Amino acid sequence: MSAIQETVTDAPAIDAVPKRAMTLGAGTSAVVLLLLLVMPLFVKNFVIFQLTTVLIYGLAVLALNILTGGSGQFSLGQSAFYALGAYISAVLMEHAGMNYALTLPISGIICFAFGFLFGLPALRLSGIYLALATFALAVAMPQFLKLGALEEWTGGVQGLVVTKPDAPFGLPLSQDTWLYYFTLAIAIAIYIASINLLRSRSGRAMMAIRDNEIAASAMGINVALYKTLAFGVSAGITGVAGGLGAIVVQFVAPDSYTIQLAIALFLGMVVGGVGWLPGSIVGAAFIVFVPNIAESISKGLSGAVFGVLLFVVIFLVPHGARQVALVCQHWIGKLKRS
Amino acid sequence: MTQAQLAQGNDPLLAVRDVSVVFGGIVALNGVSFDMKQGQILGLIGPNGAGKTTLFNCLSRLYQPSKGDILMEGVSILKRPAHRIAEIGIGRTFQNVALFPNLSVIDNVRIGTHSRTNSDIVSDSLKLGWVRRGEAAINHKVNDILGYLDLRDVAHTVVSGLPFGTQKRVELARALAADPKILLLDEPAGGLNHEEVYVLGDLIRRIRDERDMTVLLVEHHMGLVMSIADHVVALNFGRKLAEGTPSQVQSDPDVIKAYLGSKDQ
Repeated sequence: MSAIQETVTDAPAIDAVPKRAMTLGAGTSAVVLLLLLVMPLFVKNFVIFQLTTVLIYGLAVLALNILTGGSGQFSLGQSAFYALGAYISAVLMEHAGMNYALTLPISGIICFAFGFLFGLPALRLSGIYLALATFALAVAMPQFLKLGALEEWTGGVQGLVVTKPDAPFGLPLSQDTWLYYFTLAIAIAIYIASINLLRSRSGRAMMAIRDNEIAASAMGINVALYKTLAFGVSAGITGVAGGLGAIVVQFVAPDSYTIQLAIALFLGMVVGGVGWLPGSIVGAAFIVFVPNIAESISKGLSGAVFGVLLFVVIFLVPHGARQVALVCQHWIGKLKRS
Repeated sequence: MTQAQLAQGNDPLLAVRDVSVVFGGIVALNGVSFDMKQGQILGLIGPNGAGKTTLFNCLSRLYQPSKGDILMEGVSILKRPAHRIAEIGIGRTFQNVALFPNLSVIDNVRIGTHSRTNSDIVSDSLKLGWVRRGEAAINHKVNDILGYLDLRDVAHTVVSGLPFGTQKRVELARALAADPKILLLDEPAGGLNHEEVYVLGDLIRRIRDERDMTVLLVEHHMGLVMSIADHVVALNFGRKLAEGTPSQVQSDPDVIKAYLGSKDQ
């Protein structure tokens, strides 16, 4: 019992980051943006597709980062929100004939509401117990999607095939390239909005709750409200990511959104650095590319190789990409001075 | 205290009426009553386990009294949830410092303004004009308070790395940021050395005089209480033992007995 309790009390103290450290400097941001803009010009369509996937997972990891790094709540259930977003977009496109871009805000809003409502009972739980409750959500979701009653809409076990959109206005872009830039634009908008949020009064309230609930309440912060809002925001962004995923992959099926996805997103957050928003994309790149690298090293033992690579990363840089960024910053500072 | 403050002090700002708190079978507070007048520094003293912190936690709505009432400006506070206490002008500090350890000093103090400001997540995410103006107003006020408490040098330091005495000042700054009418200080001298306690006493008096505040001081440090309090309430075993000016309470035989033990024990 004592071991469990220790974990529970220790859990929220994961390396939370002061607000200033949550972003990149203007110069670094510009370089990263430029890289993201020109990268598709030099690679094949399949790699562009992979890069789009990185951006989408990056959004989902960012969403988890707001929840865990921002408000100190754990979730192993992000795959459920992702699935919900994906299905809403897919159903709206295929059954209602809606434009793919218009389905995304709807996915986001419905997932926000769903996350907010899920956050209400979750208020009674914290630390690993909350992680378990969200885990249950992730396990349940694929089965709900397979329900016979919903089959007419969801396609049951078969899932739904989604039409891939062409570039609009006759732009001379391949479908993959267009979707990459489309996703990039949405990702940047959400990234900026997330940083605004965390730097605002609402974001400070969330971080106050993460650090000390009783003190937060004494400062007039409605702890229950901001905790559920954090869940809602996180679920909403994850829903948009899910919708984008459905459009890009052109297919939704219950078994694409299992607990494995939730764990992968959690992994992406840790590798990117908990609470460090720019790390989200690094974490996403890790969960997209490293399994491929592992497979190229050994087909039969790819899982084991992935495990070893993950272990090496966590052992060398326990604070993830954020730690690497800090070391680089330190060296650059030294170089400038000498 | 100035004459003007004394004159308006007829109606109590805060009234504790016959408050009792029972935990299981243990009576932590038993029918305690006292008044706090505008501009007063009221010292609440008592040996360990006397019920000081329990009373304090009733005032900040962490505990629900089983009997009695607490009135702020004549209105009961007992129907308010804990997070709606700051907005009626009750601010507090904590016995063992409860800051937001991973945030900077300036962010801690900014959070202090939460009950006096408004926003919603959509406007905050979009950084709308009124949000920017609100943020500028917050920064102005926070900067003012940081200057007042001599914290500008450490404004961007993460609080967990600061010395204990400085952390206590940050906590005070955070409480002041909410413009409280009453400041509840839970053992502010705990963990401070002799000189720091002396400086603290001065600071509390200065805050009362310059910022027009009423202070409830829960304290073990007799020297501090007796030197700055206008009025002292002594508790023991959950009951009020004595009340009056510092010298009256100090010479009260029951208080002496509670602190030093009686001859026949």
